[in-house]
Amino acid sequence: MALVVEVRNLRKSFDHGHVRAVDGVDIETGPGEYLVLLGPSGCGKTTLLRTIAGLEEPDEGEIHIAGNLVNRLPPRAREVAMVFQSYALYPHKTVLANIEFPLKAEDIDKPERRRRAEWAAELLGIGHLMSRKPRHLSGGERQRVALARALVREPAVFLLDEPLSNLDAKLRASARDELKQFQQRLGTTTIYVTHDQAEAMGLGDRIAVMDRGKVRQVGPPKDVYLDPSDTFVATFLGSPPMNLIPRGDHLVGFRPEHFLPADLVAGDGSRLTVHFAVRRVEYLSGDRHVYGTVTELGEETRVIARLPATAETPIEVGESHEFAVHERDLRFFDAESGERTSPRPVRA
Amino acid sequence: MEAAGGRAPQAGASAIQDRIGAARSRLADREGFLGPMFLLPAVVYIVGLVAAPFFLALLFSFSDVTTGDPSLDLVGLRNFRSIFRDPIFWQSLRNTLVFTTVSMVLTIILANLLALILTSEFRFKRLIRFFVLLPWTTPVALSAVAWLWMLHSLFSPIDWVLRWFGFIEANVYWLGKPALAMASVIAVHIWRIVPLAAVIIMAGLAAIPDDIKEQARIDGAGFWRTFWEVRLPLTRPVIAVAALFGAILTFSDIAVVFVLTRGGPVNSTQVLPSYAFFKGIQAGSLAEGAAIALFLFPLLLAAAILILRSVRKMEIF
Repeated sequence: MALVVEVRNLRKSFDHGHVRAVDGVDIETGPGEYLVLLGPSGCGKTTLLRTIAGLEEPDEGEIHIAGNLVNRLPPRAREVAMVFQSYALYPHKTVLANIEFPLKAEDIDKPERRRRAEWAAELLGIGHLMSRKPRHLSGGERQRVALARALVREPAVFLLDEPLSNLDAKLRASARDELKQFQQRLGTTTIYVTHDQAEAMGLGDRIAVMDRGKVRQVGPPKDVYLDPSDTFVATFLGSPPMNLIPRGDHLVGFRPEHFLPADLVAGDGSRLTVHFAVRRVEYLSGDRHVYGTVTELGEETRVIARLPATAETPIEVGESHEFAVHERDLRFFDAESGERTSPRPVRA
Repeated sequence: MEAAGGRAPQAGASAIQDRIGAARSRLADREGFLGPMFLLPAVVYIVGLVAAPFFLALLFSFSDVTTGDPSLDLVGLRNFRSIFRDPIFWQSLRNTLVFTTVSMVLTIILANLLALILTSEFRFKRLIRFFVLLPWTTPVALSAVAWLWMLHSLFSPIDWVLRWFGFIEANVYWLGKPALAMASVIAVHIWRIVPLAAVIIMAGLAAIPDDIKEQARIDGAGFWRTFWEVRLPLTRPVIAVAALFGAILTFSDIAVVFVLTRGGPVNSTQVLPSYAFFKGIQAGSLAEGAAIALFLFPLLLAAAILILRSVRKMEIF
């Protein structure tokens, strides 16, 4: 598979090396892939994206785009299009002039510019807004203009920096869906930065989870969720996050939705049953989040169980219930490093 | 999760009522009192130092007041008729327009350039910004005296340098020949107000979001395209304000002309403010001086209203 973007051992620090924003990142993405960079704020995901775009110069490492080393190239020579969180529309230009601007910079003649701008606008359904100024557009419309401006050059890769975070919550879900359809239709490689795990899970072909300048794990959403490579990924993804119980030199982890009243967990021989002392119950649109403590699996630890709406077992604060988790749903991590380790015996 | 502490200390509804009642509204809480108090100093200042002199000048311009005879009799438009017959008045008006127009055009161009340079990244940026601002912060009388020496007919260091390089053989007499004197006055004035205009424009440039500048880079725009299509249009309102301030400062400026040339040689650098001063104060004809000084007021007012209105229309964000 020919790689569209290939990043090798990239390092970028600020403040004379005091802040290591990107600390040795290797990542690559192939044709048509939707790669999501996910991580908490300050994890270096945006810096990584900006370095790929050419807005930041790396201290070390290599960036290849479509097979060419682009470290020394300015953004315009990199065949990238970027959509900023704010959309960064030129406020004094009409929608048409905004979309045409990258083509103008390439000295493409006027009729051709117009033709391609109209093609891009039609694709995003904003053909009727061409003569408006950005300040007369809604948030969703602005986002489309920004996307149209990005795609009008037919770049090798789209770089999107939290493009949904400026939309209100209601619009976000539908915009996410449109974004995905749009990319599938065009088939353009996309690198998408977000701190929102729902966006990452929903959009990404693969997710790269980042923390403190490093990529912790790369993989399809399901793999990253079900088989986290360390405790950071395990607790960053999922809401509520994975339960981790200290046990000797390692940690036993399981997802809240796998920790259920014992009668709901199938498989007598392969399930692990414990007493769950309930301290608090949250009712969240159908699901119940049950907070409590477990003592039998290791040290006494607070854990959370997420019961689906279909689990009708009555649970009250102060009670102790028989809860169980299937052995195949247990994950093990090294207590010291947080890295994933091989399964350990849990019955003793 | 459990509550961290216990309950709040038993206060009881009546105790809270007592506490609310105890705190009385003070004088400083009353907006009806505070508002006018805060406005007062500004009002006193404007009435005392702007409005009163202005109306006094208006009154003078329709009277026969002189420094020797302060008794005031209204004489209608006599003063205006008299200055309209005065060829030096018309020359001063022409000089004022040339002085203002040329200064303003050059100031805006140079200030834009300076702002572009000062907003880019380089070493010792702060130090250099400080030096660039010095002309504006130096008292004008002081800097004009320095320029008087720079342009002196015998001791001018500028002439000395030019001579040393062999560009000229004899001294230029910067302030001694009509065209050169006007050019010198304009140059010194520009030197003085470019920093102010540059700072205003820099504020405008700084207000452009970084995203938009970066977007222009991503979109492949080079320096000039970014300048003409992004930076300039986005700073246009600010530039207009800088031009307005500059024009008004230039129209009403007397210091540079007064110190450098006193309007000479033979009134070739005489501007309305300086002529009003010579006529009204030094020659003692207060009424005619007031008429000269007020002549441009309606024009300036109209220009200011026009510019401010177009700035408001230019709002872009």
